[in-house]
Amino acid sequence: MESVRRQNHIILGVQSLKKYFSIRRGFFQRVAGWVKAVDGVSFEIEQGKTLGLVGESGCGKTTVARLILKLLEPDEGKIIFQGSDISEFTEKDMKPHRKEIQIVFQDPFGSLNPRMTIGLSIEEGLRILGIKSGRSRKERLEKLLKMVGMSPDSADRYPHEFSGGQRQRICIARALSVDPSLVICDEPISALDVSIQAQIINLLKDLQDRLGLSYLFISHDLNVVGYLCNTIYVMYKGQIMESAPAEELFENPCHPYTMSLLSAILDPEPGKRQKMKLLEPDLSDSLITSAGCNFQGRCPIEEPRCRKEEISFEKVGEKHIVRCWKVAEK
Amino acid sequence: MMNIEEKTFNQDFQFQVPLAPKQTRLQAFWFLFKQNRLAIVGLFIFILFFCSALIGLFLTSGPEPIFDPAMIRLQEKLRPPLAKPNLDSLRPEEVPTLDFYLMGTDDLGRDVFARMLQGAWVSLTVGFVAVGIAVLIGIFMGGIAGYFGQYHIKIDHILLTFILVSGAGLVAVKLIHFGALLLLLGLGHILYSILTKKRSREKAVSSWSAFLSKNAVSVDTLIMRIVDIMLCFPSFFLILTVVALLPASIYNIMIVIGLTSWMGTTRFVRAEFLSLREQDFVAAVKALGVSNFRIIFRHMMPNAVAPVLVSATIGIATAILTEAGLSFLGFGVPPPHATWGNILSDGKRFIFDAPWLTFIPGIAILIVVLSFNLFGEGLRDTLNPRLRERH
Repeated sequence: MESVRRQNHIILGVQSLKKYFSIRRGFFQRVAGWVKAVDGVSFEIEQGKTLGLVGESGCGKTTVARLILKLLEPDEGKIIFQGSDISEFTEKDMKPHRKEIQIVFQDPFGSLNPRMTIGLSIEEGLRILGIKSGRSRKERLEKLLKMVGMSPDSADRYPHEFSGGQRQRICIARALSVDPSLVICDEPISALDVSIQAQIINLLKDLQDRLGLSYLFISHDLNVVGYLCNTIYVMYKGQIMESAPAEELFENPCHPYTMSLLSAILDPEPGKRQKMKLLEPDLSDSLITSAGCNFQGRCPIEEPRCRKEEISFEKVGEKHIVRCWKVAEK
Repeated sequence: MMNIEEKTFNQDFQFQVPLAPKQTRLQAFWFLFKQNRLAIVGLFIFILFFCSALIGLFLTSGPEPIFDPAMIRLQEKLRPPLAKPNLDSLRPEEVPTLDFYLMGTDDLGRDVFARMLQGAWVSLTVGFVAVGIAVLIGIFMGGIAGYFGQYHIKIDHILLTFILVSGAGLVAVKLIHFGALLLLLGLGHILYSILTKKRSREKAVSSWSAFLSKNAVSVDTLIMRIVDIMLCFPSFFLILTVVALLPASIYNIMIVIGLTSWMGTTRFVRAEFLSLREQDFVAAVKALGVSNFRIIFRHMMPNAVAPVLVSATIGIATAILTEAGLSFLGFGVPPPHATWGNILSDGKRFIFDAPWLTFIPGIAILIVVLSFNLFGEGLRDTLNPRLRERH
């Protein structure tokens, strides 16, 4: 049945998505300012492909994930999922679409209900699918557990009996329990050991091949993203700074922020190791952005113009865009 | 639709990971709990009290009870504990079942042991029913404040509630015509707003309706301010006032104690819900599309009951004390029925002649309340995640 889906079919399109949080101060809770957590983010995910969203802590990656899941209401912008704009949907309208988008969280310890056996946790999803009979739920549950590499008899155990990697597998099984077409992986491996990280990445890749899943893969680890993703978006302070196909981004990074991120990757070969371009720590009031480029103050190639004008995207390659006017001058 | 069953899987992909030895939560809980000696003592006394109250109910009730708490023997008044009855002066049916007075007799010659047994049941039921009511209200209010707290109540909701309540009030005080008019008005508005619900999504037209649909107060603020107001009343005097107005009965006391002690539970549940709502597992089940009702009761409540359980255990002790205090003051259970409070109250006149009349119920209250407190604190220590090594 899945062959109906065409290649290059866009499953999720996000258009100039915005989410501002108000900072309230004082006795009367007046609005003292706005945190532009997500400030005009646009991207598209193709069916069966993986999009990587990279950026430092607090740049709004997780907010993007929560907006797409409709756990938060976007202030502006469109979220077009399988042809319908879900950003306008009420909770009731959203209900039948919920199961199509699933999420795997960063913290495997907090993302499973500590008072429920993992079997029951996963069965919640099967209930949503409308599988009523207990026996067929059990069969399906075993299948799901096998699929993520867990033994079926672990179903009646509680989350605290598992290791971080095992819990992450269980979380993946729960996400897959409702047959989603898009899975958002919100830093699914950053809380795990390096050896376990590889297992989880391979599992994710394997599942994508088998089930034709699309991923939105959020991470701050460019190495992993480069291995797993087809397209990479680099995010900084709520805005996309650069986006390109994975190989293109690694070969030809254009934005100074991307360059510094790439230089922070450690190469196992000592001779190949390039000098790290470490960024100055951001000591400004990072919550509230002023006019001009968001990267101002930390940018090594900054000029006065960067603080005055709004910076728009420059086209570098066919699918390679950069939010930096100096690239165009080169 | 993509279907998992249609896929075939390589078996070599799976690998078994060794699992930790199986230990249920209850086993882990008991392992930690039994290290707390005082809590075990508290639990033991609690079970003893529970059993004696239950057995006491059967032994002291019915047309011909085995221990008759109401049997008056004026010739045997104020006998000390363990005293043998004077068999010559008693009719056969007046002879105590044990052949001696285990806890003496009071100023009317009634067997204090029988009265204590009867009173234990009162204390037990008052404690459990009052706390049960308090916990139910507390969980409901706290759950709403914690989960739906960010929603706002609009000005027209407040007006509507005001109209309906005042209408019902007017009907209640026999101003039927005016009250019914207000009630009809309110119900009519509800019907109207249900019928026009679809259209109301469009922008409000007049400034008047815009004012009506303005956000007045958040649900959370409303509920928590009600809690604050309730906490302002000195609850014992509130109970005294209400009990003085209502007919004296044990059920009224239970309900009144319950209605004045739910605030603590509300605060606990709200606090737990506020932190649980932000947790990933709740976001995950929300993303699955699970209904709010199921999220609240199946996923969040089991994680929020631990502090409620602790406060309920200690609340039972407080309720028992409150009931004893009310009975002592004469506002409690009406006289022929014995409670620990009114045994104490009756005995205070004879404190020098018959000290057992005050000491026996007094010490019984002390021990039961203490055991509940110890048990509750043991529970708190065990359920506190910071004291657990794992999870």
